Amino acid sequence: MTHRSITHHLDEATLLAYAAGTLPEAFNLIVATHLSLCDVCRADAHAYDAVGGALLEDTPSDMTNGSLDKVLASLDNGTTSSPAQKVGGDLPAPLHSYIGSDLSAVRWRPVGMGVKQAILKTSKGATARLLCIPAGSAMPDHGHNGTEMTLVLKGAFQDADDYFARGDIEIAGKDVQHVPVADIHEDCICLAVTDAPLRFDGVLPRIWQRFVGI
Amino acid sequence: MSSNILFDPRTALLRNTLMLASSQTSSRKMSVGIPPQAQPALAGPMNYSGRRRVNDRTDTQPLWIDEMIRVRDGRDREAFAALFTHFAPRIKGYLMKSGADATTAEECAQDVMTTLWRKADQFDPTRASVGTWIFTIARNRRIDMLRKDRRAEPEDLPWGPEPEPEQSQVMEIQQESARLVKAIASLPDTQRKLIEQAYFGEMTQAEISELTGLPLGTIKSRIRLALDRLRHATK
Repeated sequence: MTHRSITHHLDEATLLAYAAGTLPEAFNLIVATHLSLCDVCRADAHAYDAVGGALLEDTPSDMTNGSLDKVLASLDNGTTSSPAQKVGGDLPAPLHSYIGSDLSAVRWRPVGMGVKQAILKTSKGATARLLCIPAGSAMPDHGHNGTEMTLVLKGAFQDADDYFARGDIEIAGKDVQHVPVADIHEDCICLAVTDAPLRFDGVLPRIWQRFVGI
Repeated sequence: MSSNILFDPRTALLRNTLMLASSQTSSRKMSVGIPPQAQPALAGPMNYSGRRRVNDRTDTQPLWIDEMIRVRDGRDREAFAALFTHFAPRIKGYLMKSGADATTAEECAQDVMTTLWRKADQFDPTRASVGTWIFTIARNRRIDMLRKDRRAEPEDLPWGPEPEPEQSQVMEIQQESARLVKAIASLPDTQRKLIEQAYFGEMTQAEISELTGLPLGTIKSRIRLALDRLRHATK
């Protein structure tokens, strides 16, 4: 497979938090999905794992007596590898347990203006959804009360001067107000994660928001 | 050869082992392990209860890799005991600092070490040091324990008929990891405390982004190279 090189990456703070294991599940999911497509960030994430490994050296606390013997007695000689991960289909593996291996498995719900979404079941703290934006359409102009990460899985979108294609991730914080527009060539499918409701400016989008819950 | 290598039997052994392995052909996973009976020099300072008269391990030599390979390839319980003695208390400490009570942390540390035994074949010395790999298992256990969240992991890299990874690649990653341990240990207290807070889950994303100056440049580029080689080997 030829990989178009990814030009929009994760930021260092997110990579660190992913390595530390302190992100809400929905952000974990989008990070793992991006890492599946981006070796640059994958390597960086490994480096942050290494920091964790280094910190581990610092924190000993005595084990109770006999714990080693207890564990030794429980070991058998086999290894149980986790079942081989299914790779393939048009969705990266981290999404498989949430959706299935293929976009055809997604149960879309129309949310108006031609946009479809599917909310993925994750724990509280942040929300993950797939969005399908029709080719050439724009998402309503919106700002953010928290962080929004958007990862392109299929198609592409343009946001001001930046072009986001498969594997690219856009990170929008409170200071960002934007109108992403799907590329004209095909519908754009994204994984979007937010930790707070978006802020829509128009009256209609705000009514829409009430129904969609974004 | 520098003097600390001459005085450290572990290093000499590792070097020999690596040279030994590089002269063999084998499957993708490198095997630097040698049968336990062939390593009197290593077995020396350890008895069966796993007590080890620990040398000063703060140098930049690769640590625990030989024990880990012996567990992985030889199902070696003595090597496991040595790893347990060193790492289980550290896992427990990490979990307690992350908010677990002593009993839970103790149980989880035992679980993590059992996972190390069961999943030893997933250990890949071209990508992580033993300490790093154990940290990732412990971290995932912690997420499970404290938050009951699922943790998504990146897709496995294509695992093709790659020739045996170069030993230099293993050494690079292992040495970089050891250097990182040292670099982090020598950071000013205030900065190290901040990093600890970030990893033990007491810090917000915004606070984390204030953290700068982690000595990560070299290890990042080494790991990138390793992944790059893997991708190209499997095209």
